[in-house]
Amino acid sequence: MTGMLPPGFRIQRETNTEEFFINMGPQHPSTHGALRLALRMDGETIVELVPHFGYIHRGMEKQAESMSYLQYIALSDRQDYLTAIQNNLGVVIALEKGMNIGVPEKAEYIRVMLQELGRIASHLVFFACFGGDLGGQTCLLYGFKEREMIHDILEEVTGSRLTTNFFRPGGSRYDVPDTFIPRVKAFLDHMDGTMKDYERFLSKNIIVLERSKGIGILSKEDAIAYGCSGPVLRASGVNFDVRRANPYSIYDSFDFEVPVTYNGDCYDRYTVRIAEIHESMKILRQCIDRFPTEGPWRSKEKPVRLPVGRYYSEIETAKGLYATYVVAATTGEKPYRIHTRGPSFPHIAALNKMVQGHKISDLVTILATLDPVIPEIDR
Amino acid sequence: MFVPSVTNPIGDFVRNLVPQVTAYLPVAFQSETLDSVVAFLINAVICIIAVCAVNIGSAPILIYMERKVCAHVQCRLGPMRLGWHGTMQTIADVLKMLFKEVYAPSGADKLMFYTAPMIVLIAPFMVCALIPFSKDLVVADVSMGIPLIIAVNGFGVLGILLGGWSSNNKYSLLGALRSGAQIISYEISFAMILLFVVMISGSTNLMDITMSQQGTVFDWWIFKIPVLGFIAFILFFISSTAEMNRAPFDIAEAEQELTGGYHTEYNGTPFAMFYLAEYIALVTNSALATTCFLGGFHAPCIGFAPVDNVLNMVPGLVWFFGKVFFMIWCYMMVRWTFVRPRVDQLMDFEWKFLLPVNLVLLTAGAAWIAISG
Repeated sequence: MTGMLPPGFRIQRETNTEEFFINMGPQHPSTHGALRLALRMDGETIVELVPHFGYIHRGMEKQAESMSYLQYIALSDRQDYLTAIQNNLGVVIALEKGMNIGVPEKAEYIRVMLQELGRIASHLVFFACFGGDLGGQTCLLYGFKEREMIHDILEEVTGSRLTTNFFRPGGSRYDVPDTFIPRVKAFLDHMDGTMKDYERFLSKNIIVLERSKGIGILSKEDAIAYGCSGPVLRASGVNFDVRRANPYSIYDSFDFEVPVTYNGDCYDRYTVRIAEIHESMKILRQCIDRFPTEGPWRSKEKPVRLPVGRYYSEIETAKGLYATYVVAATTGEKPYRIHTRGPSFPHIAALNKMVQGHKISDLVTILATLDPVIPEIDR
Repeated sequence: MFVPSVTNPIGDFVRNLVPQVTAYLPVAFQSETLDSVVAFLINAVICIIAVCAVNIGSAPILIYMERKVCAHVQCRLGPMRLGWHGTMQTIADVLKMLFKEVYAPSGADKLMFYTAPMIVLIAPFMVCALIPFSKDLVVADVSMGIPLIIAVNGFGVLGILLGGWSSNNKYSLLGALRSGAQIISYEISFAMILLFVVMISGSTNLMDITMSQQGTVFDWWIFKIPVLGFIAFILFFISSTAEMNRAPFDIAEAEQELTGGYHTEYNGTPFAMFYLAEYIALVTNSALATTCFLGGFHAPCIGFAPVDNVLNMVPGLVWFFGKVFFMIWCYMMVRWTFVRPRVDQLMDFEWKFLLPVNLVLLTAGAAWIAISG
């Protein structure tokens, strides 16, 4: 089965006939979207991996040049669709810097709460896919069960389940309904019980431990060198969370831990995310206690016109560092250029480093723990 | 003269009936040899029909059951639309499978490609013929039952290897190679546990093994030998799961890794045959577990006469299938609970853990026989 490589591949055919080439994706159940991985294999062991992107490239950054700033907020939903509400905030913060507009307290609380709900939702998808990719189909359904509850809350607040398009410079599109706080509270109470189930399901399962401990180790140096961020970076022992390192919104007023583990393997990336769900729930509880019922939920409406300049914002989404760089060449409603730095791309870049010498089954595990979202890589 | 080595009431009934019918024929056709040949052929046809009916009839039930068990484990309802609680769903799926166009990928070895699913089906059908479903219901009551099962059970891997190799697909090939390595490895511990049962029951005939468990629940081999029987049962459960290529040992299919493994390229009826073989193997392995450990068709008597009399009124066939479906339910619960180990871990588990434990078990079983006399 030593097939000739398709033309244009960077992998060179070796003289060793034991090695063969496997094309994983773009239609493969475990590549989490249209990602293509070219694998050079020695039996079941991976010698080299080359990721290929671009199957769903939509030219978002180019599109942004002919769009108004407000329209780009809607486009940011379509990047990392699992953290759509967080992407919204990333764009909005950059715009607020340009407009020099403040945000009232209630709006900040709404922002933080939706951020953390979005983070839990994204990590639940990670839990589901991680279990599913290991072969436990039941995990897949369990994770999505609680995520549905978050989406119900998001639907009530934003009018949309997945592509929220909710935040605006100076606040948000709408005020939250009265039922928002009770629903979040009910969700948190429900989640307390479910998290125990989840952890019993995977965290102590001997097969999961065997499959994920010591697999796909990413050293601290490599994680920094490749530009990894978020849970992947923190699992490698780097204590970096934008919410702590460079606080945006009102994150500096909350009491929460930044979970850090030091092995950098698949199991650590899993435990970091599970711990982050707990921390997000902690933040949400503090928000519920301090939520201001009175007061404006958005600042005075202003036209979204940015003066000439360069504006940069970075936030911590569930996946990692999400940065937006807006260049306004002329004062007006349209940008000259908007660049987005998504967290998934560097993670996939580091994949080759992690999978070498591992089996094809481990590749699936490692890919699941990187939790990439392909539309965000391709944009 | 055909002197059948196997006798059972249905066979005897046919053998008695044939001379009575042929008595009406012209004298030229009346001979004992002819009668026995005709009776033999009729019996063979009845046996084939019976085995096919049990196997093919149980597959849709099992697929429906699997869907429902899986759905309820995962907090959903499963099929609900077609018929009462989705009961017709499986039949609709079978019809869909049958009417699909069958094609092989270009570059596939067509002969092997189409032969493989049939080979896979042979093994579970043959095993099914050996299982005593009730005191009088066994197709082939052969004296070397267990060795035959061990021999036949390994046949399925041939079909999987051929199917994976002939598909001309790397994922299929990887799946087939994984499956080959896995089944050949786990066959050893599978056989050794059956040998343990042979050793303690003193017979290789499945009917004798069942009859050796006559009495109360505590005479079943799972409970009769303290601790050892239960360990053997668990080991049998594990190795038979691996034998069947069922999750969590379904590394040969490994949907998330190999997109379906050896049957990636199959569709329509050939795929349905792989699917069918999987579920028939589930029945036969559960039936084997029932026969060897759970007292076969014996009622779960508790040694208290009034209750036992009631339990014994229920036919053995009902008890047998009750136990078989309990075993199937266990296999299903395991499938939808655990995640899949990696291929090398699976091999390590067999060679470094299961096999040594089996050897210890065999020794301990021998010691138990020596001590208890």
